Amino acid sequence: MKKIALIIKREYFIRVKKKSFLLTTIGVPLFIIGFYAIIIAISLDESGGSDKNKIAVIDNAQLFNGKIENSNPNIVFSLIKNETESNYIKKYQKAGFDAFLFIPNDSIAKTKSIYNLHSSKSMNLPLMSSIEELINEAIKKKTLIANGINPEAFQKMIHPVELENTVDTETGQKKSFADVAYGVSFACGILIYMMMLIYGTQVMRGVTEEKTNRIAEVMVSSVKPFQMMMGKIIGIGAVGLTQFAVWIFLMFLMQMAIPFIFPDLMQQINNASTTSSENISMASNIMQGLSSLHLGKILFSFLFYFLGGYLTYASIFAAIGSVVSEDQQEAQQLVFPVMMPIILGFVIMTKAVNEPNSSLAVFGSIFPLTSPIVMMGRIAYDIPNWQIAISMLCLICSFLFFTWIAGKIYRTGILLYGKKPSWKEMIKWAVKKS
Amino acid sequence: MDFLSLHHLKKYFADQKAVDDISFNIKSGSIFGLLGPNGAGKTTLIRMITGIFYPDHGHIDFNGQPFNPMLDSTKIGYMPEERGLYKKMKIGEQALYLAQLKGMSKSDAMASIKKWFVKFEMESWWNKKVEDLSKGMSQKLQFVITVLHNPQLIILDEPFSGLDPVNANLIKEEIFTLAKNGATIIFSTHRMEQVEEICDHIVLVNKGKKILDGTVHQVKQDFKENIYKLGANVIAEQLMTGLFEVVKYEPNQLLLKLPEYTTTNEVLNYFINHQVKINSFNEVLPSLNDIFIKIVEDTTATRKFESIQ
Repeated sequence: MKKIALIIKREYFIRVKKKSFLLTTIGVPLFIIGFYAIIIAISLDESGGSDKNKIAVIDNAQLFNGKIENSNPNIVFSLIKNETESNYIKKYQKAGFDAFLFIPNDSIAKTKSIYNLHSSKSMNLPLMSSIEELINEAIKKKTLIANGINPEAFQKMIHPVELENTVDTETGQKKSFADVAYGVSFACGILIYMMMLIYGTQVMRGVTEEKTNRIAEVMVSSVKPFQMMMGKIIGIGAVGLTQFAVWIFLMFLMQMAIPFIFPDLMQQINNASTTSSENISMASNIMQGLSSLHLGKILFSFLFYFLGGYLTYASIFAAIGSVVSEDQQEAQQLVFPVMMPIILGFVIMTKAVNEPNSSLAVFGSIFPLTSPIVMMGRIAYDIPNWQIAISMLCLICSFLFFTWIAGKIYRTGILLYGKKPSWKEMIKWAVKKS
Repeated sequence: MDFLSLHHLKKYFADQKAVDDISFNIKSGSIFGLLGPNGAGKTTLIRMITGIFYPDHGHIDFNGQPFNPMLDSTKIGYMPEERGLYKKMKIGEQALYLAQLKGMSKSDAMASIKKWFVKFEMESWWNKKVEDLSKGMSQKLQFVITVLHNPQLIILDEPFSGLDPVNANLIKEEIFTLAKNGATIIFSTHRMEQVEEICDHIVLVNKGKKILDGTVHQVKQDFKENIYKLGANVIAEQLMTGLFEVVKYEPNQLLLKLPEYTTTNEVLNYFINHQVKINSFNEVLPSLNDIFIKIVEDTTATRKFESIQ
């Protein structure tokens, strides 16, 4: 055991100390976070304390009845009376306005009209649409009154419908956030897929390196080949877990930091129902959706399926690494059949996130070679616990089975130089008694 | 006392009898030569002794006890013919790691590494990587790593290949010192002049079988062909006798082959009676190289693949 620990320690630290590990573990998420921070900062800028636009309005049609109800804090309207459009063009800048809006007197009667917003420099789109909305509302109100309809009564008549899905379970009802579950499932599935491939091939490369460096023979005179293989697999797996831990920590940190960096955002999310901004109500929906998911269960499953899937595939990759020589072509040929179930799992996962309870999805999430990926694609939805239990059991069994087989191939392969063995020979090694 | 005893070891692979019923003993503190042509089964034999392979049949006694690979592997230092170290790992860390894998504590390992690095003038290598070393340097490092944990049994497979005479001598001296301090050394090589110089006892294997076993002295005696070198000026007519055969004739030196019934004194008497002035007369023993070639050529040169049921 002490020797395995030594091997794990070496395999772990030699990778964690590398600059590339630091870069991918801390650099990449920081880059992504920074990127999103910039996006959020820019999108918040619309309501943030940026320049207020002073706009003069010549309301010839009396659309606003002498008073403009304005909810956009970036715009300050001033009604100007007794001026014509052509005259005021020369004056509004001197009067301290950024722009002036001219509303002709025939505006209500027309079905479509173009108003002119004069400005010294071009106006931005959100501002324009905000003004447009204001005018449209005013025209609607005027038209309703002209047709003898009380605008407030009308507002009550039209209310938008939102569809919500409630899932009935034995323990009661709860709201389902299909879109959030979809996103989380897909992200988890892809992450597992990538981690399995990245760390699996790292194991393979590590084993091939030991073999071609001929350190293997020195090593096996001190430790058993199986200890060597498991030490490498566990060490590299620990690197993967470290990476996860750092990422989760960074995510947590980000969640803590966001309210301090963008105090407005949280406030707006909390007031989502009262504000009109669509992005923010979506964000609030995601937040609610996330809190409705069993994050603990997802995290546990993620760790379990990552470890189970990784250990299963890493032992196969280790066995492959032990039989090939420097020739990468040879490795490619052997890796291909191993890649197929992984890719198959990925394909089933993309289906499973849409139809989590289809028979294909259920099969894929129980079959141990695809289950780590497919099950993560389903886990965010409410799926029966017995399926999870069977799937986990199958994965543990397959991990034990493949490690046992791979250990036997590894033991022979690591000391064999020259020609690549055929599948038939490898199967012989695998079934041979020790 | 025998440090290592091999009893009827057999190891068959799918298409070869790599080791086919080999037994021999190695004395404690001796330098033992394991010889054989390429593909004779030496490496397989060594792998069984180091616990890498289990024999299909037979058993090994290690220091008087049945060999237990788990426990005894820490008492063995093995330097394989194909050198191997982690290329990208720092030399100091690597030596520490491999010594710890041999069961040393960190502090013991450090002390031992320091001692050997000083002895071989390698202190400045600590933070270098193996890929920065020349072939000879990495060879030295490999030797140091093999003996770091004070093994009782040291197995060296071609330890001098790639070394210049100065460094080869350095390592040779160390091998003698280690043996003097009680370590048993198995030395595997094709270089027979090194074997003659270093080894006490040799075993020659070919085609998976042991074909020679004995001390260097004994083996030479066994294979001597009664050839004597005579330093003297002899004229051709004086050689017309049935006492001996002339193998080689040079103006002042003769190689004579004596038949079994002739004694050396008879030959000397013959020349003395013929008034020949003798400068020297000594027996010529065959070199191990000659013996090696003779024996191996007797058995068919290369082994063929055969199917084994």
